[in-house]
Amino acid sequence: MPTPHEILSTVLLQSYNTRVVVLGTAMLGLASGITGAFLLLRKRSLMGDALSHATFPGIGIAFALMVSAGGSGKDLPGLLTGATISGVLGVLCMLAIRNTTRLRDDVAMGFALSVFFGTGAAVYAMVQTKPGAAGLESFIYGKAASMVFSDVVMISTVGITVTATALLLLKEFTVLCFDENFAASTGWPVLRLDILLLVLVTAVTVTGLQAVGLILIIAFLIIPPTAARFWTNSLRRMLVLSGGIGAISGWLGASVSALFANLPAGALIVLTAASIFLFSMLFGTARGVVLKLLDQARLQRRIGRQHLLRAAYEILETMNQPVSNQPIPRQRLLEHRSWSNPELSRLLTQARNEDHIEPGSNPAQIHLSESGFGEASRITRNHRLWELYLITHADIAPSHVDRDADLVEHILGAEMVRALEAELKPRPVIPNSPHQIPSPS
Amino acid sequence: MNWTPDDTWIALTGALCAMACSLPGCFLVLRKMSMMGDAISHAVLPGLAIAFLVTGERASLPMFLGAAATGVLTAVFTQWITRFGNIDQGAAMGIVFTTLFALGLILIVQAADHVDLDPGCVLYGAIEFITFDTVSLGSTEIPRAALVNGGALLLNLTVIATLYKELRISSFDSGLADTLGFSSGLLHYLLMTLVAVTTVAAFESVGSIIVIAMMIVPPAAALLLTRRLLPMLLLSSAIAGASAVLGHWAALIVPPLIGFERTNTSGMIAFTAGLLFTLAWIFSPTEGLLRRRADALSSADGTT
Repeated sequence: MPTPHEILSTVLLQSYNTRVVVLGTAMLGLASGITGAFLLLRKRSLMGDALSHATFPGIGIAFALMVSAGGSGKDLPGLLTGATISGVLGVLCMLAIRNTTRLRDDVAMGFALSVFFGTGAAVYAMVQTKPGAAGLESFIYGKAASMVFSDVVMISTVGITVTATALLLLKEFTVLCFDENFAASTGWPVLRLDILLLVLVTAVTVTGLQAVGLILIIAFLIIPPTAARFWTNSLRRMLVLSGGIGAISGWLGASVSALFANLPAGALIVLTAASIFLFSMLFGTARGVVLKLLDQARLQRRIGRQHLLRAAYEILETMNQPVSNQPIPRQRLLEHRSWSNPELSRLLTQARNEDHIEPGSNPAQIHLSESGFGEASRITRNHRLWELYLITHADIAPSHVDRDADLVEHILGAEMVRALEAELKPRPVIPNSPHQIPSPS
Repeated sequence: MNWTPDDTWIALTGALCAMACSLPGCFLVLRKMSMMGDAISHAVLPGLAIAFLVTGERASLPMFLGAAATGVLTAVFTQWITRFGNIDQGAAMGIVFTTLFALGLILIVQAADHVDLDPGCVLYGAIEFITFDTVSLGSTEIPRAALVNGGALLLNLTVIATLYKELRISSFDSGLADTLGFSSGLLHYLLMTLVAVTTVAAFESVGSIIVIAMMIVPPAAALLLTRRLLPMLLLSSAIAGASAVLGHWAALIVPPLIGFERTNTSGMIAFTAGLLFTLAWIFSPTEGLLRRRADALSSADGTT
């Protein structure tokens, strides 16, 4: 186990090697976090996957060309150029399929991925007999932990260029991501923007491939933006968060990998990002699962309470006119709506806790409290107002209006109710039901 | 070129594997999940590693079960993240398979002290070497890979033939399937199990490249030629089989033509499938590029 001192010195980047690896991966995380956000919004997250596989044949062919030209074949700029050209060809092939057939993005990406990857494998097998081909594959599977300073310089240059371009064209890319057809109809060069965006992604992918490997760059393009999406609905904030999450994953993952000898950095960075994703998916403030469940439960409770009180009021209406508060037989409540017995018991317990029902009364006789009766009249009134509105202004038949009103009444705000009152000027304080209320038979 | 009986076995096994993959692939393409084959072939790594760590040997069966189980888990996790997180299926798939692959890498590094379990060799099963691993059946020696992939093809045929109507309805209208009373969720997982089993069977014996390509490219080409499901299944099997046979043939004759000794059959099969797709893309009688061009010209004539 590492000592606290070692942990501190690693996390604070005091060793040169750690500093290089952490800086490089964090920079890459930032750049891919930002470009990945646009891919996510265009529902093309797997583009990184397709692209990184599409670079394969280019690398093999570049190697073969350089060898036959008399070079070493392992010249980095040459291989990168080959990778970029073949990646861009893959992207163009994808766009061509998408724009000239009815096949969708996922098929287009899968096609480019598998055919280019297969072609790459065939090319590799051919050039393998050439001298110096050994280790060509490690170019694809790059190792994050063996990054050197020149890699960091290259990643930073590409990262900064890509980030700056994306930010300069923020408005254009936003329009492209959210409404492509609108962008096209107002005269934006949609296809060229699309290609430019994908060129940015290609730049990040090719740089990342060589430095940190295939899986990490795919993960870097997908996980940070998806995690960021759970925290915000604003694109700008999402870009900042996504870049930040990418950088933090790179920093934490690379640091932990530096502390333990046999944990590969790339895998640890992916797992760090995945943990951040899991946390965001559960607890994110904009679309997190837990908050959503709480919201749903709250809405269900409110709907249950409103249904119970309105049912009670409607029963009271049939028992006496003018309506006054009396005990209601539980059996009649049960028959009034399609409640099951346990469901009704749960609703009644809830109403008792909210002081809408007199405590301690006979369980077979439900007696609304003062506040419960007031609430019941108010809810029934809202329901009837909405029904009347639908009948007079939306031409819905009185016999069908109950269900439609039911869908909306739970979210009628005070202002809405005032507007309805002004519109309809109901003569009695609580209008009569416009349709027959099904009575227990 | 020198075509030996071994070459016949390789082409035949390739064709069996390609057809086995293209059948569930049709449904994946229709359900906008074409990248599932790719995702599963990466995601099975931890399953392989765990099976190895538990049993301590590289036996086929536990490895197969471990891999197939992780393959199904990939589909399950993807479904959960898509549903509960309300995010794009592609993104969910990407998150699941990269995470599982990373987990697998870490496990394999831990196991690597004991034996050489190389991620590269997991991803590149070699179709060229299938004739070294044979099973005696009566008087003939049959490559194990041919039996494995033939079995996968038979399994896929049986399931799809039995549940044809259900799979068809749930692929095109899952809501309708639910109202008719058969669970589209259950069918989805059944299909994913088929995909996982086929993927693992195929790439363990002949390599992942064929799997990934055959799950997408033949169905996509077939979809350009027809709009009906049954013809699509048949066409895509035919294209898959043709890619395998032509691909192996090309792997034998192409390298000498351009001055190399040999190449990789799996890669050439994927490349050939790409060529066949391109033919369908250009010449499809209903919606090929040529047809579209002709339609555009004739409608331009009509207006002037």
